[in-house]
Amino acid sequence: MGKKLKITINGEAVEIVKGTSILEAARQAGIIIPTLCYHKDLCVSGNCRVCVVELAGQKRLSPACATPCEEGMEVLTNSYKVRNSRKHIIELLLSEHNAECTSCYKNGNCELQSLASEYKIMNQDFIHLVPFHNYTIDMFSPSIIKDDSKCIRCQRCVRTCAELQGVNALTMAYKGEHAKITTFFEKAMNDVVCTNCGQCINHCPTGALVEKNYIEEVWTAIADKNKHVVIQTAPAVRVGLGEEMGLDPGTRVTGKMVASLKRLGFDAVMDTDFTADLTIMEEGTELLTRLKQALVDKDPNVKLPMATSCSPGWIKFIEHMYPEYLGHLSTCKSPQQMFGALVKTYYAKARNLDPDKIVSVSVMPCTAKKFEAARPEMHDSGYRDVDYVLTTRELAIMIKQAGIDFMRLEDAHFDRLMGESTGAAVIFGSTGGVMEAALRTAYELVTGREVPFENLNITAVRGIEGIREASIKIENPLKEWSFLEGVQLKCAVAHGLVNAKSVMDSIVSGAADYHFIEFMACPGGCLGGGGQPIPTNPEIRAKRAAAIYAEDSGMPLRKSHENPEVAKIYKDFLFSPLGEKSHKLLHTKYTARKRR
Amino acid sequence: MKPIIELIKELADIHGRERHNLLPILQGVVEQERYLSEYSMIEIARELDIPATEVYGTATFYSFLDYKKMGRYIIRVCKTITCSMKGEKQILLAIEDMLKIKIGETTPDGLFSLLQTNCLGLCHKAPAMLINNDVYTDLTPERIREILTSYINRKEEGGSDVN
Repeated sequence: MGKKLKITINGEAVEIVKGTSILEAARQAGIIIPTLCYHKDLCVSGNCRVCVVELAGQKRLSPACATPCEEGMEVLTNSYKVRNSRKHIIELLLSEHNAECTSCYKNGNCELQSLASEYKIMNQDFIHLVPFHNYTIDMFSPSIIKDDSKCIRCQRCVRTCAELQGVNALTMAYKGEHAKITTFFEKAMNDVVCTNCGQCINHCPTGALVEKNYIEEVWTAIADKNKHVVIQTAPAVRVGLGEEMGLDPGTRVTGKMVASLKRLGFDAVMDTDFTADLTIMEEGTELLTRLKQALVDKDPNVKLPMATSCSPGWIKFIEHMYPEYLGHLSTCKSPQQMFGALVKTYYAKARNLDPDKIVSVSVMPCTAKKFEAARPEMHDSGYRDVDYVLTTRELAIMIKQAGIDFMRLEDAHFDRLMGESTGAAVIFGSTGGVMEAALRTAYELVTGREVPFENLNITAVRGIEGIREASIKIENPLKEWSFLEGVQLKCAVAHGLVNAKSVMDSIVSGAADYHFIEFMACPGGCLGGGGQPIPTNPEIRAKRAAAIYAEDSGMPLRKSHENPEVAKIYKDFLFSPLGEKSHKLLHTKYTARKRR
Repeated sequence: MKPIIELIKELADIHGRERHNLLPILQGVVEQERYLSEYSMIEIARELDIPATEVYGTATFYSFLDYKKMGRYIIRVCKTITCSMKGEKQILLAIEDMLKIKIGETTPDGLFSLLQTNCLGLCHKAPAMLINNDVYTDLTPERIREILTSYINRKEEGGSDVN
């Protein structure tokens, strides 16, 4: 613990650790100071000035987020001067903001709108500047819409893209009145190095960056009597959706989510978790095959470490940044795309449906999934495998539009055939989850015994550190896997693309000797995805993660290979992991892209 | 003229390959090329191993780092208040009339580009302008004709454009 300091805030004595900002000190003391450019995930920028406070003995106001406390400081957060300045600052921000709130997608969940409402900005003392700029809306990306007229240049998105993701798709360009946030040469977002992860959307305080929504398209499909509309739900949605419904972060709403989807009119509500289990079967087998090729056949062309391929943000990242390492990716499609390919083949056949009449919808914590579903190679069923991707936020909008009283819903169950899942699939929603699920199955496949961890919880791969390592020694394997005797299986987990980058750099330099690496584009994994409820911050991510692991512990089945529906699909349809049908429907290839 | 890639490598050898070495490299490229093309920015980013967007953000911030193709001679007329009061408008009109281009445009022969600039610090000799790195003060429409003619003649004589 650092040195303690004594300050007063609004006359009240507060004791804090040296190095604390005025903003943090006030929050600890239960005093709210408004912010816009400040975000817990990001470095302090101090450019919006909304958090200004008065310090005794100083003429100028100071930004609370960027000013560290000093011994004896007397802070006023609500003086006449502060209130007036703050109001003027908000008015000035609004004078440059397209405040047509009723036609804005973020209406009702906009930090600038809330501030304007709190401070009752009724008059326009400043000239409205938006009409003097030729603002454009970039709608070319299948995932992200960027509307410069709503941007207040707080640069949260720029910092997010650089600090959390290391992608730098966005930058601050020009200066003064012409300053704007833009891409390289003001190209469209789908034309630059952007992973579509949506973290910029999740961090934007206004409606300048939003997801491209497919709500109306889905309503239209539901209304069409000739269409059979199937929805799949990703693991992280069930621990995020509750927040949009007014519940505390970390509330699990699996049953209510399923019930609400049935009320919305989907013909079948099934679970992406089913294909998450399937992914483990395919990916686990692929890993063991690669290990065999490397250790027994001594094949110099086999690519190790093998990297997971569930996160479409990560996939686009490696395609751009390390195109020569695409061979390290598992060829498995993501669970969403496996589900999509199976819905229009396996499910259609089993239910005797014309796949042409099936509309396959997914609800994901992710905006990159929208891009993934639109990839030209994702048509292996003969149709577009996933027709529409909704984010957690879009689903919440639909539930509210439908007039469903979410809290009063009785828990419902997923429909059969592709609705059964295990705890191993649920934890796909958290960083480390795919790794843990894969180890639970692979270890048992090889040794015939459960992983040697209490209650199957592989805590070494859990947590919030950006990069985590674990190794597991294989002893007394079954006869066919005897070549693995004594092998230390080295694994790593990285989340947030900036961490993925450092792991990749260590592979490039040859310093890393992992066998298997899980990569997730978003901090915290899918539970912190770009399509999850806003706000998302470190505390909320921790609560969602706790909920994911609680959901896992509560499942009767905890290991992917025990999923009875997975066993059934291999018996009736796929026949074997990495088999011919699997290869056609469940595996994919990747595209090298430009780094700059 | 050196190929751009060679020029960038040479500049990086001189100035270094850290992020903070970006500006002198940008200036070096502009000195030869008169502007920073998309291609040069990408190559600079590659050479320094920084994101191309960062190069773009920096280049667009500075007025003297152009990012659109410019003519051989870049005319920058001071637009600040003293020059404005002492006849900047007439100067601009004289240039526009003679070269048949407007502010922000380049002559079809690629010889001149016309831009405005903020204060050059020559208010006591207003109105003032720059052509590349040369300063011209106490301007009148007549002097503009003389000055621009001298630049056009340099071209006709096949002379150099060294400044």
